Amino acid sequence: MREIDKGDETASPYAGYDVLAKWNTPSFDDRTRGVLERRLTEISPRRFLAPDAFALLEAVVERLAPPLPGLSPRLLARWIDACLYENFGEGFRAVAAPPWPQSWRIGLGAIDGEARRLFGAPFVALGADEKDATLQAIQQGTTDAALWRRLDAASFFSDTLLKTIAGLAYAHPLAWNDIGFGGPASPRGYVRLGFDARDPWEARERR
Amino acid sequence: MSPETPRAKDGRAPDVFSRGGWTPMRDYALSEPVDFLIVGAGAGGATLGCRLAENGFSVVILEAGPFWRPLEDFASDELAQQTLFWTDDRLIAGDDPIALGGNNSGRGVGGSTVHYSMIALRFRPEWFKCRSQLGYGFDWPITYDDLAPYYEEAEEALKVAGPVNYPWGPPRRRYPYRPHEVNAAGLVLARGAEKLGVGWAATPLTTVSAPRGKSPPCVYRGFCNYGCSTNAKQSALTVWIPRALRAGAQVRDLAMAGRIDIDPRGRATGVEYFREGAWRFQHARNVVVAGYAIETPRLLLNSACPLFPKGLANSSGLVGTHLTTHAGPGAWATFDEAIRWYKGPPNMAVTEHWNYTDQGKDFVGGYAFMSQGPLPMAWAQTLATTRGLWGAALRDEMRKYNHMAGFVPVGETEPRAQNCVTLADDVDQYGLRIPKVIFSYSENDKRLQRHAVAFMSEMLAAAGGYDIWTNFKDTSHLLGTCRMGDDPTTSVVDADGRSWDIPNLWICDGSLFPTCGGVNPSLTIQALACRIADRISRLAATGSLASA
Repeated sequence: MREIDKGDETASPYAGYDVLAKWNTPSFDDRTRGVLERRLTEISPRRFLAPDAFALLEAVVERLAPPLPGLSPRLLARWIDACLYENFGEGFRAVAAPPWPQSWRIGLGAIDGEARRLFGAPFVALGADEKDATLQAIQQGTTDAALWRRLDAASFFSDTLLKTIAGLAYAHPLAWNDIGFGGPASPRGYVRLGFDARDPWEARERR
Repeated sequence: MSPETPRAKDGRAPDVFSRGGWTPMRDYALSEPVDFLIVGAGAGGATLGCRLAENGFSVVILEAGPFWRPLEDFASDELAQQTLFWTDDRLIAGDDPIALGGNNSGRGVGGSTVHYSMIALRFRPEWFKCRSQLGYGFDWPITYDDLAPYYEEAEEALKVAGPVNYPWGPPRRRYPYRPHEVNAAGLVLARGAEKLGVGWAATPLTTVSAPRGKSPPCVYRGFCNYGCSTNAKQSALTVWIPRALRAGAQVRDLAMAGRIDIDPRGRATGVEYFREGAWRFQHARNVVVAGYAIETPRLLLNSACPLFPKGLANSSGLVGTHLTTHAGPGAWATFDEAIRWYKGPPNMAVTEHWNYTDQGKDFVGGYAFMSQGPLPMAWAQTLATTRGLWGAALRDEMRKYNHMAGFVPVGETEPRAQNCVTLADDVDQYGLRIPKVIFSYSENDKRLQRHAVAFMSEMLAAAGGYDIWTNFKDTSHLLGTCRMGDDPTTSVVDADGRSWDIPNLWICDGSLFPTCGGVNPSLTIQALACRIADRISRLAATGSLASA
């Protein structure tokens, strides 16, 4: 795990920065190397969602996740499926809401229902603009309540769907490269803490 | 590796300062009543267990979570470290339901001090007499002067690194360790405070600024809220637990307490707990509940019995009520300079101006606020949930990461009866009824937050920030569900944390707080625990402890 495929690079202020280039430096310890090795190489099979629900999730992730070259929607969808399979959520839920994994099943089904209601076709069959319009309607809560059963559509969109996707996207080293995050930092840490101060092992910014 | 099988057993416990190492541990038999059986190994339980063991009592501490060795278990990674939080099922309700899990819970030996921000602030003296001196909330049954020696004891034990002259509060001795260099995120606060003419300080922090025993100085890696992998952090896990073990206490990890048993005379006899696939029962002369503001009332309510049908220690009907949290609305801005706020502890500068100034407020209560240092996952989630950004818009905003700075307050909320922890009908993996946590802000709580956000925004602008935006959803800390007091009809326990109803049942954690103040609670919880240990030892010496 020395490098990751960066794909086509768009203009990033940190172009050329690869956080994984520090793999064999004092910024990475064994525990962190183990965690990241597994994240980048061990892709678990789909286990929780049915194939069509998984394809739908992949299509949703493709619209909601930051468009980072090399970070595939399929990978993030797999990570979400793994979290659901292991019931690895945040543990708390609104009194009226079903448990976390069931919320996802209901929520994904409702997204497809909204797509059919708005555009007369399943979500995966829509064009990018129609997909975005469907997601915007859900984000704003202009939905058909019958499709959502016990779920609050806007809250599911914000606090479950988008929160999970945004969080997982920025758990990927490609995303750290894009924003110039220092990444793992144990045991070396940092020395220069002030304004405009950069350690040699931090991302160089083009301004 | 996730140590989800118990490590602390067979006469040994993990040595937190080594990889794979062990330290000897006393082994108590289940049938042998120990002097004190403590439920919870966080700021309250670990501190009390340590001090009681050092005073010669036999002590067993039960902890629902694992016993970590930071050097081998903690990765420099937000996602991998989500295992530090309490994520068992809980229900939330009310007009402003509190997000649980991540930021306000701990599961594991050391409790939430394993991932706390290390901010070590004392309460303002008047807060202990809030009702009589400031006209809101409730009076504590102790004064600042009662607690001051124990604040000093906790600060010394934790080797707090802080400024030579801290601008607020009564005169005090200097902090044990020198302050840390303030990072750029903190210097934004300093610059803004000086422009606006209010005080600021390097935050007193429990991460060492020079070597201390087996703890090396802080290297400013910035993952403090996800576990400290170098052991620079001084926490219940690295300070009180090793001392407790040396003094003869036993810690049982991955041991979930389900019920406190009561004998026909109305005394606690011990605790039923689940460990290694079976329910067990530890006999005890005294039981201490230290599970924090949700699990403590939950255990008391789940232990209802014919003698105490409303739950234990609940003749007042107050168990679980008057839940407070700290409101944490944020103000954020972009700066031309590179800030790189991922470096160093997340909150290196603080102002307590609005904790100590009462003029010019349209609310009662106070708030401190600190500079911030969110890591990418947490920051992306803030942008997504509070600004609704996704796709390219999310990516564009995230690319400003290294040029962002912001402030978040620790905003006092009013203790109100309707904000509470009750039992839901659903049960968890142990068959125990799960908690339901109900919370709504009062009008005063909302005014306080609007004031904080306006002032923080003004300070960000004064410091040179632009594109300022705010968010109102976040909270931190959970307090006040089993408050201490002078009167059995208006409090759950007395000033020593002792139940009014059951003389050998005690509480020692943040649920004791009658009011929550405007600072992080961990130092006050630890000071209270030190004081309660002293009080118990004095009561024992005069024969005033219950004999079971």
